[in-house]
Amino acid sequence: MTTPTPLVIDSLTKVYGEVTALRDVSFSAAPGRVTGFLGPNGAGKTSTLRILLGLNRPTAGSALIDGRRYRDLESPARRVGGSLSADVFHPGRSGRAHLLALALAAGIDRARVDLVLEQVGLSAAARRPVGGYSLGMRQRLGLASALLGDPAALVLDEPINGLDPDGIRWMRSLLRSLADEGRTVLLSSHVLSEVQQTVDDVVVIRHGRVVFDGPLTALEAGTARVRVDAPDRDALAAALQRAGAEVEVGPTGLAVLGLDVARTGEVARDAGIALTHLSDETDGLESVFLTLTADDEAAA
Amino acid sequence: MSAAGIAVGFGRSVAAETVKVLSTKGWWLLGLVLVAYVGITAAGLAFFLSDLGAELGGTGASGLDDVVSANLVYSSVTAVGLVIPLLFGALLATSEYRYQTLTPTVLAQPRRGIVLAAKAIVAVLFGAFYGVVGLVGSVGLGAPVRLALGEPAALDEPEVLGVLLRTIVAMALWAVLGLGLGALLTSQIAAIVIVLAFTQFVEPILRLVASVWEWSASIGRFLPGAATDALVGAGILSALGALDPSVPSAEVDALLWWQGGLVLAALALVLLAAASLTTMRRDVE
Repeated sequence: MTTPTPLVIDSLTKVYGEVTALRDVSFSAAPGRVTGFLGPNGAGKTSTLRILLGLNRPTAGSALIDGRRYRDLESPARRVGGSLSADVFHPGRSGRAHLLALALAAGIDRARVDLVLEQVGLSAAARRPVGGYSLGMRQRLGLASALLGDPAALVLDEPINGLDPDGIRWMRSLLRSLADEGRTVLLSSHVLSEVQQTVDDVVVIRHGRVVFDGPLTALEAGTARVRVDAPDRDALAAALQRAGAEVEVGPTGLAVLGLDVARTGEVARDAGIALTHLSDETDGLESVFLTLTADDEAAA
Repeated sequence: MSAAGIAVGFGRSVAAETVKVLSTKGWWLLGLVLVAYVGITAAGLAFFLSDLGAELGGTGASGLDDVVSANLVYSSVTAVGLVIPLLFGALLATSEYRYQTLTPTVLAQPRRGIVLAAKAIVAVLFGAFYGVVGLVGSVGLGAPVRLALGEPAALDEPEVLGVLLRTIVAMALWAVLGLGLGALLTSQIAAIVIVLAFTQFVEPILRLVASVWEWSASIGRFLPGAATDALVGAGILSALGALDPSVPSAEVDALLWWQGGLVLAALALVLLAAASLTTMRRDVE
């Protein structure tokens, strides 16, 4: 059984020279759940994860692992496994030697090396120099180094990038099963659809600020939108508002927020109003994500 | 973290850094270059310092004491080979930046001071190894050439044995110098260029120029190469005045062997301390 290890980012600010990469970023990743950390490239995802793993220093705020900084953990690599890039390998060194050196440095049982190589499907290539690996293989090696210490929490930066469709399916089920074992999984991506089937919770970051933080279902629910029309629009609008909906009157009918299609139909029937149109206009998740992360000058 | 925790982490990092060195080709390629370069130099020196060589080349060195000439031949290791441990140490630091392996290294051991100290131990171990490898070249080729030309190998002389032992110490110290330099520069290209330029051109020229006047010679003896000659107890540049009286040379007492060693160790420590206060504190990116 793994020790529940929450990851808590609190009011994190990071300034690089003139550029403020992170402004007051706060969120957390809970044990037993897969948290997707999403945002366009350059939004601050990697900076946040590097601070969490003690590679970079925050300008203000903190990023704690079960209440402690990475470097203050008893044996950090056995508590949190991190993989931040697929380009952190010496091209002349074999994947196995890379992992062996990490295991020795972190005080991890050497037997874990072959175990994680097997787990990520790299056993056959393990003794070859990393210089000959594909991007997908280097992603797997990165994941293997994160898994090396059998950690209770995993922090992965763009782990799906560069994987083929089989690899993506494999990665999804692996991350799912790791979370189901009670581990905390925090992964970043710049494409929501890539991780949509894997994540439980979503944190969206844009220009160094968190713009959404909640379960994936909340991101989905926030987008329910129904279009409805009737000869007597005013009566319909009044009935829907009484039922708790937010209604906008437009040239082609009413846009209803807060009620789904079935409930909208029921409200109209109960009010004795005949409908001339009823349709589900719910946006796809991806378009919600794009709206959240779009470069909106007015909002900025 | 407790002192015991730091000691355990340090031991683990030494093992990890050793595996990292042994799992790439660089260390034995450097060894091959060293043994060939030093071996050829020693064989050539053995020839020129022999009576036959003196007659042919007119170096006037035929009057050299057997022990002195043997020491000059065997100290080819430090006369031409210092660049190898220096490069090894520099690469030990800069390859972490060049290939971004510093990220996994620091994830496995977040205390960067421990990582740097472990690398210093690995530098000492491999520097000493290069000392032995260099001696295989200088003694392995220099001694047979001497014997063939009727000069004694002099390998049973305590003074010669002392030179051989201190050669190993000097090579170990130069590897740490390289580590400090590499950790401070972080750029692999810059480190290689500076190491080659300094050891092959800048320092030999500085030493020659410094030896002309007494005031400059008293400063010049603290140059790393001069300090190494003092530590080892022999060096072709230090011996130029004796070999060829036409070379101008001011009379200044050379450093004692342990003083030479201290100069090198102090320089290495200053570089390491400077790196741990500056580059090692930066964000890993």
